Amino acid sequence: MNMRTALQLPQLARPTIAAMAFAALVMLAPSARAADTGPIKIGVIGEQSAIAGASLTKAAQLAGDEINAAGGLNGRKVEIITYDDHSSAAEAVRAFQRAVHQDHVVAVIGSYISEVALALEPWSARLHMPFITPGAASTDISKHVHDEYEKYKYTFHGWLTSAFIAQSICDFEHDVMVGKFHMKTTVIMSEDAAWTTPLDARYLECLPKAGLQVLDHIRFNPDTTDFTPIFNRIEAKHPDVITTGISHVGVQPTVQWHDQQVPIAMVGQSSQATTSSFWKDTNGATEGVVTATGAAPGVAITPKTLPFTEAYVKRFGVSPAYCGYSSYDDVYVIVDAIKRAGSTDPDKLVAAMEQTNYVGTIGTVKFYGRNDLYTHAIEYGPGLITGVVIQWQDGKQRQIWPENAADAVVKFPAFVKLPRASAK
Amino acid sequence: MLGLQIIVDGFAISSLYALGAVGFTLIFGVSGVLNLAHGGIMVVAALVGWYCAGELGFGTYLGTLAGVAAGLTLALATYFIVVRPIQRSRAIPSAETEIFVLTGTLLWGIMIEQGMAYLFSDNPVSIRPLIGGVMNVFGVRTPRNEVMIAALCWIVIGFLWLLVNRTRAGKVLLAASINPRGLTLLGFELSRVYVLVWSIYGVLAGIAGVLLASFLGVGSANTGPLTASAFSIVVLGGLGSVSGTLIAAYVVGYLETVTAYLIAPTLRPIPALILLVLVIYIRPQGILGRR
Repeated sequence: MNMRTALQLPQLARPTIAAMAFAALVMLAPSARAADTGPIKIGVIGEQSAIAGASLTKAAQLAGDEINAAGGLNGRKVEIITYDDHSSAAEAVRAFQRAVHQDHVVAVIGSYISEVALALEPWSARLHMPFITPGAASTDISKHVHDEYEKYKYTFHGWLTSAFIAQSICDFEHDVMVGKFHMKTTVIMSEDAAWTTPLDARYLECLPKAGLQVLDHIRFNPDTTDFTPIFNRIEAKHPDVITTGISHVGVQPTVQWHDQQVPIAMVGQSSQATTSSFWKDTNGATEGVVTATGAAPGVAITPKTLPFTEAYVKRFGVSPAYCGYSSYDDVYVIVDAIKRAGSTDPDKLVAAMEQTNYVGTIGTVKFYGRNDLYTHAIEYGPGLITGVVIQWQDGKQRQIWPENAADAVVKFPAFVKLPRASAK
Repeated sequence: MLGLQIIVDGFAISSLYALGAVGFTLIFGVSGVLNLAHGGIMVVAALVGWYCAGELGFGTYLGTLAGVAAGLTLALATYFIVVRPIQRSRAIPSAETEIFVLTGTLLWGIMIEQGMAYLFSDNPVSIRPLIGGVMNVFGVRTPRNEVMIAALCWIVIGFLWLLVNRTRAGKVLLAASINPRGLTLLGFELSRVYVLVWSIYGVLAGIAGVLLASFLGVGSANTGPLTASAFSIVVLGGLGSVSGTLIAAYVVGYLETVTAYLIAPTLRPIPALILLVLVIYIRPQGILGRR
């Protein structure tokens, strides 16, 4: 090629290059931020086809409407914009990008699935968009914030991390399964998912300390439909109790546990069992199943618990799933932070959110700080948020732990065999 | 002990697979249609059955019947809305009709899945067992419902056999699967034959759907895997051969059960898929296939 012709720009190239330079400038320029007037837009990404995910968006809408009915924030209305991610991380990311670039939200509340929340976290970092997940549990979410604070500080973890979920279940099993029923052994049964890896790790650590020897540890594919071989394997070990970690599945293992009359109690985290429709979904097979959850029907953890539950049931016909409580609180937390920051600027908003001390529906919301292990996760402990443990009895969820707030006695179906020296 | 458990557990699952797959192969054998919305029909039957039994308060028996009726309705809807218009369309060259029908039913299946997820959420639901409690089968603690399901599947398959081999309508169906043109020359209306076979298929798929719901639980997300498993069984047994399908259903059912018990529950679907690949490679017409 002739050097001269190569270096000489053809006639048409100049306007093209100018156009490209202009486009580059436009793309590199920061996207328009929500002005400090006009409605405060909060994006809510949920999984509309899943019971927990649908609860998330509904509860946020309820919160938004309540705030507006009370006059909004300094006269500005709160606008909740919902997106359905169809339980897909890729779709959630697209929704997040749309929320930021097209809908100009000031914050995003997103998902109860850890895989989705972990996919959104880097985008929250890249786009400097405050993001809080009201339902995911993986400890990696807050670990990223701890390890690379300046980059990931926009992400908040608005639910108990798996480590604390496991700890609360260990505490419950220590008080009730060991303390009352004199159980000695257990098998861990959990789905193979991002949130159960830290859950199981903590179980393996705290269950022996609670007084239960772990005989086996089963992680099954979340797409499993036939649990008979799994229950068979568990039964062959003769444990006193099955400690569960299930969220993606719920109806099938519970129904099969009941129909096959597996003679071992099921206790632990069963996210689907936290919703009020679970009794109907399983045709009552969930009788006797014990699960950790955010709040139990009829039991006021804070003065806000029951009014929220009543308003939700009145409007939507079912009681909220566990992430409905936190999603509702998160809207208020964000609005409260905007009020204290006096601005919707991301860095100021993040700083204000870090100072959150808000009494919500399931406890007092505070976030761990930069020097704590689970930076930006909600603080766990008495007086803050601990979650409760419920048991399904006769069609209702009854709170059985913490014991000082329990309103029912633990009882198992007749086919469950209890150790001989069990208390009545 | 474990062996007996495998035999009992595998028998129930295989019987359910057999019932579902027999309908699938019947449709192919008689009307030449590979219905990729098969899983959708089973799922709709299960969800409608659950909804009627519980939410509408029909009770388990009426709810189950409502579910089967829903399966029948949807199968006929699939024929009249999706399959027949494509088959009769003049815009499609006749050599490509089958591909279009296949794609049409695939898309229809996806629409059904998304529609069900929208209406009912993707949570699986279960129908209360028709008979509760457990019983002892060769020393294995088995839910009575499971035994009843296996029995029901075989009773229905028995009825089907009677229908095909002993009734006039059944013989017409058999003839249509062998030589449709010959049948029309004898003065039979092929379109009525197709309506009959789609109706039978709807009832079979409907029963399989509601039984699956009471045995394992069914959700909208099961649509794809149910179609895939029926497809593999039917290809393995030989497209269009009912006895081949029955044999293949048991082969696949037991392969899966043995894998789940002896290797790992996670790897359950793998051996059947490997077998499918081997069959297509070594003997593509399947165990007892004709075409």
